[in-house]
Amino acid sequence: MEKFTVLEAIAAALPTPNIDTDMIIRVERCVRTPRAEMGRWAFEMARYRADGSENPEFALNRETARDARILVAADNFGCGSSREMAVWAIAGMGYRCVIAPSFGDIFYSNCFQNGVLAIRLPKAVVEDLLRTIGAATAPVTMTVDLPSQTLTAPDGETHGFDVDPLRKQALLEGLDAIAITLTRAPAIAAWQQQDRARRPWVWG
Amino acid sequence: MASTLFDKVWNAHVVADLGGGVDLLHVDRHLLHDLGGGKALAEIGARGLQVRNPELTFATADHVISSAPGRTGGAHDWAQVLVDSLRLETRKAGVRLFDVGDAAQGIVHVIAPELGLSQPGTLVVCGDSHTCTNGALGALGFGIGASEIVHVLATQTIEQRRPKTMRARFDGAPSKGVYAKDMILALIAKVGMAGGVGHAVEYAGGAVRALGMEARMTLCNLSIELGAKVGMVAPDETTYAYLAGRRFAPKGALWDAALAWWRTLPSDPGARFDREVELDVARLAPQITWGTSPEDAIAIDARIPAAKPEALEYMGLVSGGPIAGTRIDRAFIGSCTNSRLSDLRAAAEVVRGRRVARHVQAWVVPGSMAVRHAAEAEGLHEVFGDAGFEWREPGCSLCVGANGELVEPGARCVSTSNRNFVGRQGPRARTHLASPATAAACALAGEIADVRSFLP
Repeated sequence: MEKFTVLEAIAAALPTPNIDTDMIIRVERCVRTPRAEMGRWAFEMARYRADGSENPEFALNRETARDARILVAADNFGCGSSREMAVWAIAGMGYRCVIAPSFGDIFYSNCFQNGVLAIRLPKAVVEDLLRTIGAATAPVTMTVDLPSQTLTAPDGETHGFDVDPLRKQALLEGLDAIAITLTRAPAIAAWQQQDRARRPWVWG
Repeated sequence: MASTLFDKVWNAHVVADLGGGVDLLHVDRHLLHDLGGGKALAEIGARGLQVRNPELTFATADHVISSAPGRTGGAHDWAQVLVDSLRLETRKAGVRLFDVGDAAQGIVHVIAPELGLSQPGTLVVCGDSHTCTNGALGALGFGIGASEIVHVLATQTIEQRRPKTMRARFDGAPSKGVYAKDMILALIAKVGMAGGVGHAVEYAGGAVRALGMEARMTLCNLSIELGAKVGMVAPDETTYAYLAGRRFAPKGALWDAALAWWRTLPSDPGARFDREVELDVARLAPQITWGTSPEDAIAIDARIPAAKPEALEYMGLVSGGPIAGTRIDRAFIGSCTNSRLSDLRAAAEVVRGRRVARHVQAWVVPGSMAVRHAAEAEGLHEVFGDAGFEWREPGCSLCVGANGELVEPGARCVSTSNRNFVGRQGPRARTHLASPATAAACALAGEIADVRSFLP
């Protein structure tokens, strides 16, 4: 997994609440599109018009959002289907960090599996960011500092954020969750052995 | 200290405390399907790993397979690739597959309870957000992503942060035409589609106790539509009677031992929940959604609200008018929400002796081969067939369209599924969520209709 430490990058704003993962990537793309090409189809129903051209009304099509690597979104971002391709699609567009007041729980976990930092911030702070970025006529830059768990907003104000210690470590070091858990194989084996005695019916 | 059902089941699965409120949990049942199962198993091979517990892992084909009568797999090349991969990889890994043609095949969340795979107090995961359905049996079931699937295959465990708890109490007796689907849609409308984010929900109250197992599955199935990964109902005599004798349920002395443990699982009196919500079922009318979120549910005799202009535009509706009378093009009875025998019986009760409107294409897609056979033994396929419904083969079908079965652009479908998201049933498709009985009534009327006028 790609490491994440400090990201100083352009931020884009998507102010619509409850963006579901069907909206982020359509199921037929999940089935038929290679991972490397998924970024092109992120948000396709909003991003492109019926003739395939870009929809100029869509927030992420703004010139100021072109090279963004930080996505600021609204409440309950990534709700719905568990499809991890939603994260692949967003990462494929270039985003490494998503900031919202709340996330769909499964999407939130999926982000960390793919080196994407998902940050929950208070609603008032996010609304402020959405307003600032949405009103800007030139690209707006922010800094996400994972080691110190701080976000520096365009106005220079700094906001702290929470992240699970394990997820933080995995991002900082680019660790693989499976490799880490496999080091616990003896504990898993011991638990299973006890459970076979405790709940034999589960083991058939 | 008084504990909740959720806490008891969670605590029984902690392999290691990883700190910071995160636990490593043991997975008792891992369910794979054709959309990602083959790929995840192949990844295990590519990494030089092995499936740790193939005997706790089960697979079925449901998402990409055709629901057309006589199907043998996917209807398209790209779907067949996924089905073939699942077949090959499950065989290599020694994972049991309920394949197309197998009498046990069906939608993963229909067959897991039906086969007795999910049981009270088991921890069940699957790469599908509607795994919460298994909570109806008092299991702790939740959906996981593609990376987590590989993690579970390799380690039989999953890292999870303990969520908060919410209790949703339903009291009162439902009136005519009101089912579990109406109860849960009304709850989502009340608390909002983000109301349960970060929570595990327990459904309780007299109206939940009175529900059969399949109706409880409908209730738990829509937990994710209120943002909750987990939804549970405490096991009781209804649960035990449902499970007894099922293929993978414990038998004999093991049943007795299991039952003794299951009886300890319900929330203790005085157990505290982080949040409590209540809903009076007696006052509910049949529900239907008007917008592009499951929270956009209203009573069937209500007027279209003046809200969410983008959703109204997408749905081709104008606020202020009644929702009833809106012309429809399709009706879909199926999905992991509402494709079980009791669902088909409720729809058939409405349909019997009547005809689908000429301009409506109406489908019934049973949730599993077992449901299909049981329904046919009762003659339900003839009730539907005589009325002009297509009687199809089990799978996810029109709920998600992963198999290429879609609602046409601009067409309007009353659907018993779980998501009315923009484009969910196809680009520009318009979805109205409702119960099987209401969907049946709409198919007959050719427009959104009040099922109560079709019932005795």
